[in-house]
Order: sequence, then C-alpha cells, then structure tokens
Amino acid sequence: MSFLATTRATLEKDVRLEWRSKDAINGMLFFSLLVGVIFSYAFEPTAEESRQIAGGLVWVAVLFAAVVALNQTWARELRNQVLDAYRVSPAPGNPLFLAKAVGNFMFVSVLEALMTLLFIVFYKLRPLGPGWQLLPIALLGTWALVVNGTFFAAVSLRTRSREIMLPVLLFPLSIPALIGMVKGTTAILTGADSARFYIALLVAYDVVFTTACLLLFDTVLEAE
Amino acid sequence: MPDTPFKSAVVADGLVKQFGRFAALRGVSGEFEAGKLHVILGDNGAGKTTLLRIIAGLSQPTRGHILVMGTSEVKVAQAQIGYMAHPSMLYDDMNGMENLSYFAGLYGIDPARCRDVIASVHLDPDLERRIGQYSQGMRQRMSLARALLHDPSLLLLDEPFSNVDAHSASEMAGLLARLRDQGKTLFVVTHQPALIESSADEFVWMAMGRIVNRTATLRAGTP
Repeated sequence: MSFLATTRATLEKDVRLEWRSKDAINGMLFFSLLVGVIFSYAFEPTAEESRQIAGGLVWVAVLFAAVVALNQTWARELRNQVLDAYRVSPAPGNPLFLAKAVGNFMFVSVLEALMTLLFIVFYKLRPLGPGWQLLPIALLGTWALVVNGTFFAAVSLRTRSREIMLPVLLFPLSIPALIGMVKGTTAILTGADSARFYIALLVAYDVVFTTACLLLFDTVLEAE
Repeated sequence: MPDTPFKSAVVADGLVKQFGRFAALRGVSGEFEAGKLHVILGDNGAGKTTLLRIIAGLSQPTRGHILVMGTSEVKVAQAQIGYMAHPSMLYDDMNGMENLSYFAGLYGIDPARCRDVIASVHLDPDLERRIGQYSQGMRQRMSLARALLHDPSLLLLDEPFSNVDAHSASEMAGLLARLRDQGKTLFVVTHQPALIESSADEFVWMAMGRIVNRTATLRAGTP
C-alpha cells in the first residue's frame, strides 16, 4: 500500500472513531468555551483593548484546548494494544504520524472556527488590518501546534504521566510559533503593523518541524 | 509440508531482555522447526510473552540474536508474521469488518478477503455490532482473524483461549490444528495446553526467563 493510501486509510479510520466517540471534540469544546467565557468576564475589555489582547487569548485558549485532543490521539491506539497491530504490519510509521497530524489539524480547526465566533461575540472584534491574513496565520499556526503536539504526544506515550509530559515538552518548543500567531493576529486586528513577517516565520517553522517530525517518527514508534 | 523454505522458523541465540534491573529473559537459545506447533508453557513472569514479542519484532533483545523466517530484518520477517496478543488489538468503536478492512489496507490486501477470514473463525462478517460490544470469546476469534488476515507463515498467539468458553476454545484449537496441517508454524502461549495437546508438536517449558525443558508430549514435561 502506498504512503498516501495508508495515510488516507488511517485518517478515515481516525475521523470515524472520533465521530463515534467524540472524545477529543467534546473535551476541547467544553474547555475552550469555559476559557472564552472566563476571560471575557475577567477582563471586560473595551473594543480597542480587545484588539490588543484577543490574539493572545485566542491562541493560548487553542493551545490548551488542543492538548486535550492531542492526548486523545494516541490514547485510542494504546487501548487494546492496537498500536502493536500497526507496528507488526509492513506499513511504515510516517503515514500513521501524518494521518494523526492531519486528523488533529481538522479537529482543532473545527474548534478554532467555533472559538472565533465566540470571541467575535464576546469581544466585539473587527479587524482594522487586512482580515484575509488571519486565514494563513490560523492555518499555519494550527499546523505548527498539531504537528509538534502529535509528535510529542507519541514521545510521551510510554511515560508514566503522559498527560503532564505533553505540555512540558510541547509548550517550550511552541514559543516561536505562538509568538508568530499572537503577534500576527494582533497586527491584523489593530491594523498597526504588517503580519507578513509572522506568516513567513510560521511557514519556516512548519517546514522545519514537519520535516524533523517525519524523519524522527519511526524511531519514536519503535522505542520501548 | 511447511510453507517456508527454512528448516527453522526461529533461531534464538542467547536472548536477554532487561526492563531496568529486571531481566525478563536470561539467555534464551534454541531452534524452532518450521511447520510445527510449538506450545510455550510456564508460570506468569516466566518470559513467554516477552519471547513472543521479540520474535514478532515488537521488542528488541538487550543482548543476543534472533533469526525469524531466515532473516534478522524485522520488517522483512513481519510480513510473514501474524501476531495475536492477550488484548484484542482491535478498535472497540468499529465493527469487525471495519477493523479488518483497515488492517487489510496496511498489508495491501483486497478487503474482500476480510469476509472469508471472519467466516473462517466462525463469526458473521455482516455483524454490525462494534468490537466493544462483543463477548470475550467473539473478541478473541476476531483477534485471531486479524492475525490470519495476510495468510502469514508464522503465527504467534498469546493466550488465545483465555476467557473463552469451552466450545469456542475447542473450535479455536481445531482451527489451529488445521493451520499447522497447512504447513504454518505456530507458537502458542497458553495456560490450557490440554486443548491443543493432540495437535502440538512440541512443548517448550519456561521458568525465570529461561527455557528449562522441551518435550514432545505434555506429560513428559509435567513435574
């Protein structure tokens, strides 16, 4: 079976399992809804203040909520030792990783779409800069979070307290991407600066870390 | 006749497996003939599952060497291995056909074969019920179906009869005997050796991470 066919089959399987269990989506939605409401009551910002802080709030909320989904990614592979069934097959590890990352990207994107609506309502947001640039920032930033998150969730798979290990490993490494996402979003919302530099930063980050994760994943998968 | 060109399906040479300070295997050596049914016996913690996992390529020995189906290349050997662990190795939220179709894809097998394999373990391929709602016996049989999916030459079965009712266990034992008769090599870890006593070619007795005896009959090795 080809690389792409294995990736597609694994992705379809993951989407089907998530659709039936809703383990990741429900956890993320509940968590992010809670964060959005708490932030709005905690800060009660004016329209101008909202533009200054919304970028940070949205992306921090997404980062924390994404961890819920990322922990679920591999948990279902550990149940009943299904991961061993994959490992004992002739399929290489990379399609498994890519399918998991794309699946997480889809789940987190759904969450972001809903959170964006939530933040627009609670913070009365309207971008003063080129609003279309929010799309590449959202896509590239989300990929940056999920590609590393999927990888480090696999790394922490066999550790005793993996749900703690994931943020410990993921958050420091996500700082450059998070800066790009927050600064880029704030630049667009306030219209004070161009977001092009941050988009370029996210492209570079994504290329480097996607390549590194794909190259290293087989080693992680076979580790005991 | 065995369906492999090798006299020995597995050749182990001084296998040691350490988990931290605990040694699960302490120098396992031996040749295991192809086309035979080898029953591995021993108390809990004797190293039976660890040995199976090393043969399957799921675990690497700390020391020692192993040749499986004539090769030390794990991925080459794995194409010929069917492995059934104690857990089902199936997704609870998918039905049997969905599970097997996914794994068939990983092996590049026509999904149509899934129906035949499921029927061969006496389950209904059209059963819509998810694996999580199966009885333990049905789950074990579906797990065996997954291991048989790519028609492997070497089958590694860890406790295939555990928590299975007497009738299902007897049916599974009959299926294993037929697979041996077709020339496949089987390693069966079990605490119920009497179920396959008549079809087994060899009983391998393990204790404390070592092979302590190899006998042709069950009675010969019983203390």
